[in-house]
Amino acid sequence: MLAAGLPDVVVVGAGPIGLAVAWRCATRGMRVTVYDPDPGSGASGVAAGMLAPVAETYFGERTLTGLLVESAARWPGFVAELAESTGLEVGYRTEGTLTVALTGDDLAEAERLWSYQRELGLPVTPLRPAELRAHEPLLAPGLRGGALAPGDHQVDPRRLVAALRIAARRAGVSLVGTPVRRLSDVARPAGVTVVAAGCGTAALTGLPIRPVKGQVLRLRAPAGAGPGFRRVIRGYADGRSVYLVPRADGEVVVGATVEERGDLDVTAGAVLELLRAATDLLPEIAEYELVEARAGLRPGTPDNAPLIGPLAHRPEVVVAAGHYRHGIVLTPITADLVADLLSTGVADPLLGPLAPDRFAAERGPFVDDQSSHVGRMRWN
Amino acid sequence: MSTPPPESAFALGGTTFGSRLILGTGGVTSPAMLEKVIRASGAELVTVALRRIDSTATMGGGMLEVLARCGVRLLPNTAGCRTATEAVTVAHLAREAFETPWIKLEVIGDERTLLPDAVELLSAAERLVADGFTVLPYTTDDPVLARRLADAGCAAVMPAGAPIGSGLGIGNPHHLRLLRQSVEVPVILDAGIGTASDAALAMELGCDAVLLASAVTRAVDPVRMATAMRHAVEAGRLAAGAGRIARRFHALASTPDEGRPEL
Repeated sequence: MLAAGLPDVVVVGAGPIGLAVAWRCATRGMRVTVYDPDPGSGASGVAAGMLAPVAETYFGERTLTGLLVESAARWPGFVAELAESTGLEVGYRTEGTLTVALTGDDLAEAERLWSYQRELGLPVTPLRPAELRAHEPLLAPGLRGGALAPGDHQVDPRRLVAALRIAARRAGVSLVGTPVRRLSDVARPAGVTVVAAGCGTAALTGLPIRPVKGQVLRLRAPAGAGPGFRRVIRGYADGRSVYLVPRADGEVVVGATVEERGDLDVTAGAVLELLRAATDLLPEIAEYELVEARAGLRPGTPDNAPLIGPLAHRPEVVVAAGHYRHGIVLTPITADLVADLLSTGVADPLLGPLAPDRFAAERGPFVDDQSSHVGRMRWN
Repeated sequence: MSTPPPESAFALGGTTFGSRLILGTGGVTSPAMLEKVIRASGAELVTVALRRIDSTATMGGGMLEVLARCGVRLLPNTAGCRTATEAVTVAHLAREAFETPWIKLEVIGDERTLLPDAVELLSAAERLVADGFTVLPYTTDDPVLARRLADAGCAAVMPAGAPIGSGLGIGNPHHLRLLRQSVEVPVILDAGIGTASDAALAMELGCDAVLLASAVTRAVDPVRMATAMRHAVEAGRLAAGAGRIARRFHALASTPDEGRPEL
């Protein structure tokens, strides 16, 4: 049943963000159409699905950290509602995350961050090597130390997209497979267009969202068994960062490179480095089957925080994009913030520092539907 | 006829820079942070690994856009190369992609220390000089190798103070002094800087400039450390030219007794 006074909503992009926005808007009585020729084919198809506000906390990113913590807190309710609506589970696991350090150098680096995270009051407990291995006996015996972040959980992004599609459809959302080249092609009179097109948002809006390539591997425990570890393992192995995410179905996700590139090539060097770091931390996975090596493009913004809210000069266009490496964990809060904005017309204070136009002063005005291209720049 | 550059200016490869601090982008957490760090450091030359960026991609808001907006000169480097042939190939790609003949030449010989391979480095430098590049080689603090690189036509030599990313400072100040005297070309301390005093020491030892990345980008507060490095390089340069006092074993009162009133 459609509520009076609510806008018609067009969502561009059927990744987790676009689908969750559509679902939340539809359940509040809005008429919602989602455009995407290939739902879930962007970054979420590759993403590991770590819900890790603590492990993703880095120096000098207080706004982002606050948003991660707030969204992570919404995940249990989000998962429960999805399950209620669809009967599907999305691989949500709450055993926590262990961050580990292979060498003394790695430990020194990690300890700086743990101290900072503890100063912010985030739940992270340093552990001695013996304590680490009591939690996960398969960890390499030579590890110099680690820390447990019990509140850093995980979800399977591919299952999440599948469940969100069903939930959205059941809430009355229409999904259209037409590609969107320009926002004016899909905009409804007196409606609102939500741009949740990940890296594609740059071409549609001119906003500064750039691809940041990540290569990710998927392994499988032998003989249909579950992986021999239950917690997400993140760590530093001789200066290399790596994570291992164990799924209940036997899959282990190993990632990820961070490359300022826009191609999707899988390179030998990246696979080598990821596997070397991963087996340094958890030797057993050398026996696992290597089932997939893929690259995805994270939608990066200048300050690593997402762009959420209306465009200043076109309030009928609302952006929900640029989630960089945090798209999965930020899905519930992004959907809530956008749905609240569209249903009440009032912007949550959380949206202030996330305004899509916040970089406009430095970058100068944009021509709509045209992204900047570095090839035109000259170097002195 | 051009006027000679002011004392504080730094001539490199036929170009004059006001700043003697060169920044690397490795370890920077975001383009916004890179912009703040560049502005705080006052750097006019920024080095970028060709392998880390895809210069043909549309990169709205990315690193290259930041460098262009800051008006700094881009210095491509061959980080990650392990043979002369590989480094020469990457240098040519960089010249094409960024339209600059300048190249920071890195040829790594050991994976754990990331120290340069002297033989491959010299070979690559000779080939790139012959191809018309302005070659800035990352080398060790070996004065003899530095002279060979300068003789090969490199525009500067860039000795490591300590291994890349180690933050250990300047391991062998005496070698750095010897190296400074063994070549006429500019000497740029490259790698090993951990904090501001390391950068000041490099300048006091006679280096013409300092290149650093991790010390700033991986600091808890990169902007504050970039500011510190700007001051450190300036302070070290001033001190180097100011003529320090001799080191004494015993004290020498700074206020002499002669001429004081007897009360």
